[in-house]
Amino acid sequence: MATNVFVYIDHFNGQAVGAAWEIVGAARKTADALGTGVTAVVIGQGIAGLADEAIQHGADDARVAEDAKLKDFRVEPYASALSKILKDAAAEVLLLPTTARTRELAAVVAVDLETGVVPDLVGLEVKDGKVVGTRPIYAGKVMERVVVSAKPQIFLIRSRIFPKPEAQAGKKGTVTKVEAATGESKTEVLGYKATEVGVSLTDAAVIVSGGRGVSVNPKLTPPAEITDEHQKEVWRAQQGFALIRELATVLNAAVGASRAAVDAGYVPYANQVGQTGKVVSPDVYVACGVSGAIQHLAGMRTSKTIVAINKDPEAPIFKVARFGIVGDLFDVVPALTRELKTKMGK
Amino acid sequence: MVQQMVRDFAQREVAPFIKEWDRRQAMDAAILPRMGELGLLGICIPGRLGGQGMDYISLGLACEELEAVDTSLRVAMSVHLGLNSLGLLQWGTDEQQRTFLEPQARGEKLAGFCLTEPGAGSDVAALAASARRAGSDYILNGEKMWISLASRADHFLWFGRTNPEAADPHDGLSAFVLEANRPGVTRGDIHGKLGIRAGSTGWVHCQDVHVPASLRLGEEGEGFKIAMACLDGGRYTVAAGATGLIRACLEASLRYAGQRQAFGRDVGQFQLVQHKIAGMVQSYDTARLLYLRAGWMKNEGRRNTRETSLAKWFATEASFGAASEALQIHGAYGYSDEYDVERYLRNARGAMLYEGTSEIHELMQAGYALGLRRDASLRRELPAFVPERDPAMGNGGRRTPSL
Amino acid sequence: MNIVVCVKQTPDTAATVTVENGKVSWGDAPLVINPWDEFAVEQALRTREAHGGKVIALCVGPEVAREALKHALAMGCDEAVLVSDPGLLAGDSLVISKVLAAAIEKIGAVDLAFFGRQAVDSDTGVTPAQVARRLGWPALTLVAAVTALDPASKTISVDRALDEGRQQIKSPLPAVVSVTKQICEPRYPSFMGIRKASKATIPVWSAADVGLTSIPAAGLSWLEVFAPPKVETKVEMITGDTVDAVAAKLAARLLEAKVL
Repeated sequence: MATNVFVYIDHFNGQAVGAAWEIVGAARKTADALGTGVTAVVIGQGIAGLADEAIQHGADDARVAEDAKLKDFRVEPYASALSKILKDAAAEVLLLPTTARTRELAAVVAVDLETGVVPDLVGLEVKDGKVVGTRPIYAGKVMERVVVSAKPQIFLIRSRIFPKPEAQAGKKGTVTKVEAATGESKTEVLGYKATEVGVSLTDAAVIVSGGRGVSVNPKLTPPAEITDEHQKEVWRAQQGFALIRELATVLNAAVGASRAAVDAGYVPYANQVGQTGKVVSPDVYVACGVSGAIQHLAGMRTSKTIVAINKDPEAPIFKVARFGIVGDLFDVVPALTRELKTKMGK
Repeated sequence: MVQQMVRDFAQREVAPFIKEWDRRQAMDAAILPRMGELGLLGICIPGRLGGQGMDYISLGLACEELEAVDTSLRVAMSVHLGLNSLGLLQWGTDEQQRTFLEPQARGEKLAGFCLTEPGAGSDVAALAASARRAGSDYILNGEKMWISLASRADHFLWFGRTNPEAADPHDGLSAFVLEANRPGVTRGDIHGKLGIRAGSTGWVHCQDVHVPASLRLGEEGEGFKIAMACLDGGRYTVAAGATGLIRACLEASLRYAGQRQAFGRDVGQFQLVQHKIAGMVQSYDTARLLYLRAGWMKNEGRRNTRETSLAKWFATEASFGAASEALQIHGAYGYSDEYDVERYLRNARGAMLYEGTSEIHELMQAGYALGLRRDASLRRELPAFVPERDPAMGNGGRRTPSL
Repeated sequence: MNIVVCVKQTPDTAATVTVENGKVSWGDAPLVINPWDEFAVEQALRTREAHGGKVIALCVGPEVAREALKHALAMGCDEAVLVSDPGLLAGDSLVISKVLAAAIEKIGAVDLAFFGRQAVDSDTGVTPAQVARRLGWPALTLVAAVTALDPASKTISVDRALDEGRQQIKSPLPAVVSVTKQICEPRYPSFMGIRKASKATIPVWSAADVGLTSIPAAGLSWLEVFAPPKVETKVEMITGDTVDAVAAKLAARLLEAKVL
């Protein structure tokens, strides 16, 4: 079948990223609406297996470009390889998940092919034969609907917007190996330092987050060795985050934090949820001591259910929450952990 | 850009912590040096004297922005720059300016102003502190009270009686540059103020402090005139700062009036609340124009004692009114320190007492109007603003914009 | 070193942004230098301080965007250039990247071009990589730290903030670098800088001045902007006599509503 909808399978350390198959699902829907098929594209080294997985999740076929030069992700050779694949196939549409890699990859491909690129979609539909993307601008204060006037129409979709399709074990399709037209590569990857610990925020179905309120507990006395005021605050915050982590464990959740908590040094940047941290869309978002500032809301507003625990009854978070408790998180969070542990049989 | 820069600094480096500092009655020790680093402590001192070479209006704008976050920041500017540094700029010898004004302008040294005594506030002529001439020195004795930055300043302008026999006690006073580390100088903090609790206020005691005659500021007997001239500088910063406080009250009220609901509507829709807000708008715009006029006159090198007094009197009274109304708009929440308005009210009240009580200013204005009071020319004038040629680009401070 | 830093003018992030008559409106809120670009300017200035050279601030925008360039000058940039052309107002990143690349080529002999990671209005973050591609330079985006820079051997090593962790990558110069917040703390404009900036003359180039005989078509077409649907949640406040009672009630409600 001639296919015009291409989907790029983003991967790291040999594994497809959490949202990869959601995007294949989105590609499937798009192709069906356009009356065409879906081709998955896998680029790298030693990752040909991802092509079969993509087919099992809904792609009709796949192209694989492998080369030693593609072992580590670098935008220039990956983009050259992808651009050639798309050009040769006269692709109509290219869908990708939204990650740090795919953002620059898609940007460069867009220049190669002189077309438009639209990242961070929270909605995608097909209208009058064109893909229409909905995305937030101004930190989510406004939404825009955009189409790409040239070809291919390149869209990057956010995690957890589309459902993950079921894998059909027996599904088969043609996997074509193509020459990786990597072009000249001037950069050299020296190494990686992993910072993600535990459940990935962007993939998590449940997130428990702590804000600046996590450090406010005058009842807690830091050990005598800590004399600096700020360090005492950080110590208290760490006790608070320990409670948050316990709740997260019971719920099999990821741990997030507001920018205020990260800026104050309570948790590393990798945990930051917000417009400039990670944008998340879990089923449940439990906000503890998080005031609900606009920048934070921009990062978690699309959560299906928000539960807020805060001492301040006027905190903006209560305006977007479905369930709220006005109280001291140092009392409420451990009590909630106990209750849920019992009720969920853990 | 000046206004934006000072606003950014105050909002980012002070605003998140000020409630805490106010509660514990102490500002973070790093803030004043930081203000020095950013050039704020010498903003309108000429570049050739270690300052930033901006004009007097820039000083006003900076004070407005600082006090919009907290009065304690502006009080530091008032004593260090408004009273002391501008006093040195107007009256100091080249040597005194090199030794004291330059490091103050660069923010390397902090400066204060020792005029008020436990028994003499408005009645400056009743100053009891003495400065007895002894050879090539003066020996200073006396207690000064309600001195901002008492425990933190490196230099003071200190006023005492050199001539107890003078027919008119006003003519018996002289001014001195007093280094805080001279033997015989002791100082301490006063706690328990109603407001400006994050600010350092204290007492300075001189017990037989020897000061060389070269550190007398101006001539013997000129002390009262110098003190009054310094107050033109200090009062200007108070006026500008109080204007910022009015604005803070207005902005807090607008926010709250748009959030709080009663009887099914935003409280901002009720006329009595609107009346209060309109009053704040009127106060703000008026206060602003008054201090800007005074600043402009300083730029032009014009005598501005009356205009500065009027600006200070109006702005400080208006800021107390604005703070009271802002608290009322906030209802019970205004009465709690969870919101800023109670701090604005406590801070605002002080300004009606220092740098000339409201009553003093009222009498001054009536005096001018009735011809009972006239400004005599002074031996030295505050220099008009003269834009300087700029040398190579300097290096500002660092901070994090909001993202 | 010849360093360019690209800046954009955007509304203040504190602004209330709404949709009025089908257009985005920020009311009276001031237009400022894109906050991310302040980090880029700071990093450019630090690079100059360490290795010598010149920093030129570059902006594509309307005349009023001059103010953003003034902020960059007040922070310490040596020069500023505005590329302004009515035909560019509707441009997307495809267009803007072409103009920026052309301007950088016109400036000539540039070793490094800094960008903030994204603009706080469009929030796309694609322009830096696109400019790099057009120039034929490596794109180093989301740089959290510059670990090494040797102008003599023309190499740079950086730490990039990817989703899974930090990638260390080495690249020849010239290169495009877009920065995150972690790279440095931007300085306030100095008072002297403010004075110099307000007196500075900023040249304005048209599209033709940078060698574009015609303005390329945008790759995107905007259908509409709209305010996000109001989240119509009526929060259910859980109350009780003791903390345990409240927690128990919430747990029960969450399980009942099949939220967990």
